[in-house]
Amino acid sequence: MTLKNPEYDFKWCPGCGDFGVRRGLEGAFEKYIVENEHPVENSVVVAGIGCSGNMVHMLEKHQPFGIHGIHGRSLPIAMGIKMGNPDLNVVVVAGDGDFLGIGAEHIAPQAMRNLNITAIVMDNGVYGLTKGQSSPTTDLGVITSSTPYGKMEEKTHPLRSYMTMGVSFIASVISNKVKDMSDMMFQAMNHQGFSIVHVQSPCTEYNNTYEALKGSKSKGIDPLAYTIPEGHDPEDAQAAQDLVDADGIPVGIIYKDTSRPTFDQKLSQTTGSKSMKTVEDFMGQYSI
Amino acid sequence: MKKQDFVVRFAGEGGQGVVTSAEGLAQAMAQSGYNVQTFSTFPSQIRGGPTWTQTRVATSKVHSSGDYLDVLVAFNEYAYINHKDDVSPDGVVVYNSGEFSIDDSEHVLGMDFDDLAKQTGNNRAANFVVMGALSQLVGLPLKVLEEFNRQRYTRGRDSDQQIIDSNNMALSLGSQEASQSGFTLGELENPDTNDHEQILVNGNLAVCLGATAAGLDTFIGYPISPATPILLWMQQNLVGPGKFVYQSTSEIESITSIIGAGYAGKKAMTSTAGPGFSLMGEGLGLAWMAEIPLVVVNVQRGGPSTGLPTKTEQSDLLTALYPGHGDVKLPVIAPGTVEECFYAGAMAVNWAERYQGPVVLLSEMAMAERRQNIPKPSINDLLIDERNIYDGDNGYHRYDGYELSPMPIPGGPGSYVANGSEHDAMGDTTHLPARHIQMTERRFSKLSLLNDGTYESDNEDAEILIVPWGGSKGPAYEAYEQLKKDKVDIGWMYTMYIHPMPEKMLEILRSKKLVVVPELNYMGQYSSVLRSDSINAVSITQYTGLPFKVNSLVEKIKALI
Repeated sequence: MTLKNPEYDFKWCPGCGDFGVRRGLEGAFEKYIVENEHPVENSVVVAGIGCSGNMVHMLEKHQPFGIHGIHGRSLPIAMGIKMGNPDLNVVVVAGDGDFLGIGAEHIAPQAMRNLNITAIVMDNGVYGLTKGQSSPTTDLGVITSSTPYGKMEEKTHPLRSYMTMGVSFIASVISNKVKDMSDMMFQAMNHQGFSIVHVQSPCTEYNNTYEALKGSKSKGIDPLAYTIPEGHDPEDAQAAQDLVDADGIPVGIIYKDTSRPTFDQKLSQTTGSKSMKTVEDFMGQYSI
Repeated sequence: MKKQDFVVRFAGEGGQGVVTSAEGLAQAMAQSGYNVQTFSTFPSQIRGGPTWTQTRVATSKVHSSGDYLDVLVAFNEYAYINHKDDVSPDGVVVYNSGEFSIDDSEHVLGMDFDDLAKQTGNNRAANFVVMGALSQLVGLPLKVLEEFNRQRYTRGRDSDQQIIDSNNMALSLGSQEASQSGFTLGELENPDTNDHEQILVNGNLAVCLGATAAGLDTFIGYPISPATPILLWMQQNLVGPGKFVYQSTSEIESITSIIGAGYAGKKAMTSTAGPGFSLMGEGLGLAWMAEIPLVVVNVQRGGPSTGLPTKTEQSDLLTALYPGHGDVKLPVIAPGTVEECFYAGAMAVNWAERYQGPVVLLSEMAMAERRQNIPKPSINDLLIDERNIYDGDNGYHRYDGYELSPMPIPGGPGSYVANGSEHDAMGDTTHLPARHIQMTERRFSKLSLLNDGTYESDNEDAEILIVPWGGSKGPAYEAYEQLKKDKVDIGWMYTMYIHPMPEKMLEILRSKKLVVVPELNYMGQYSSVLRSDSINAVSITQYTGLPFKVNSLVEKIKALI
């Protein structure tokens, strides 16, 4: 809404990975609207707090509904929206601090439920908006403003965590691969179940990982990111596990389980298929 | 003269049928047309630990569970020692002589509960032995209790008849024992006729019925004493297309997911108690800020922290009004009776939908667990609010102006960002001073829509008024009646609409010399709220984990004024 909105006073820093994520998401929405014949008002973007959360205000094309909530709680907010109206396309946008730090407790329950929403995680390995503190994906020993003597704990491995928790669609990408990312996000939105697109979205200000991700021939740095080989079958759980256990950042769709019903399907098959008594009938049960 | 009123307390250990006895007696007496009220207090464990419950039976409407006991049923010696001082001078102690003995033979009736139960072939029939004895003591026909037994244990199982027969036998054995003792408490007067159909419910159940009557769609909650029964009732009953009831993984998940539901157009609620309410503070701030309708029921127990999970207190008032950081003051409805719990449940949903924001329904353990007969609410007379929903074109400014505006619902027109950051008219984040002024004033101005709260009063011209809140209403009302009899010049005023308070009531209270607030907390929370509204209020406090006793309240009020 930035172009139309002179009062909005937030900006991402030049070179921020989130610009690429925005273009990817806009592209995915465009495609979703056209191919699914789904008006943009049927999509809702749920944002947490951090640089990533501002995505909900930055989308410049068709305007979906949005909710910019509190730190770490975008997943349960999304659950309330989706279960309130299962026809909506609900997309969470979150950073590594928001999603894997303060909000980590909410990932496993959504995976168990197979809540039919998509989460876009912008991982920059640092708390950017509070100026450079360590995050769950910051490497061991790294010096940041909050770890002046080096980070004391091992970093978390988000993709492995997602596999272990039972997230039913897992994709991984870097923010500069806009077209690939758009395609993954579109597939994630169409996946029946809980989908996560985990994006390496570097922070040019506090944790610039572009070079490490993409590599540098002149400096002799091998890239961390690599394209998942064509023969990979995302429905093969063991193959997916092998991918996330290996070193490096895979780019592509890692895992996809289409066998499980979604949370809203289970609801409509159980309590949703019952008929409710009237309040008059309820009171009849307690009459004396 | 026949008795108008009697109070029985059952005291023993958890798992001995103490609760069933009190509730059984209440139900049986209610079915015979009497007015009943129970009170329970238990330890925070499932089996064992000292437990007691009390049933008050009266020919006309009762307001409290009664100060003094006509009958104490002591299942063990510990119970006898702890409760004997509450027995009135002409009261009786019925005790389990299989467990211990009491020397005083004048006012005690020893029966071997367990041995008598064994004679029926059902070791668990001890509570029916006790009820049989009680029926003899107060002259209640056994058939009333037999009918209760039949209804309660007709559960469609093969063993039903066997249990019913043994319980009936227990009733007559208990009755015979009592009759051989020669004791009687005097016959109970026939009940006044209730001119309105009655239902027998507790406070939690009444809240469920009220909220359901107001059209509740979504309920998400996490188990916590004493609010769990609300979650369980909803799980069982709020079903069908478009309804969603769910046990969350935490109170943080409860509040944030009902924020999502409210945003998506649903009438949404959660229930909790103190610790869970504390976790919901940030979410309630978001709902206030982003203007999202929802209801939080806080069934108060003793605090702070884990506090007294199974005792009663009124110490969450300030946190209910001010649950979050920043300029927030939430609408709070605190019912004072089981009957009011129904209307509070309905009104809380109405208010949330009407002003598009969070509403707190503040209940209390003693009222939530108390079973009582109440006039059956008339559903047809209930006014139900529906949300003002935006149905225009896209490009809408959802947060325009200083007053409530129609709310767009995802899937419909008018996409916007519901924002917990300070925002402009479209919902995008901004830090402009003019916007923060406008939005702050807008959020507070909407409270003026909640202007249909009512209050009750008596002798309101008096210079000094008793103004209780919540569940202290009952004992305070009985104290007020006693003071009137004692020719004390004092008036009465009460509302369950804590915030916003009915305008007229506020005006009257401001004109009074003194407002006396009986409340169950240390800080005198309601009187401090009233003082901040320029009312000369002073509290009578109690923080025992138990409700007020009428007589002690009378004494304290007399001493104060």
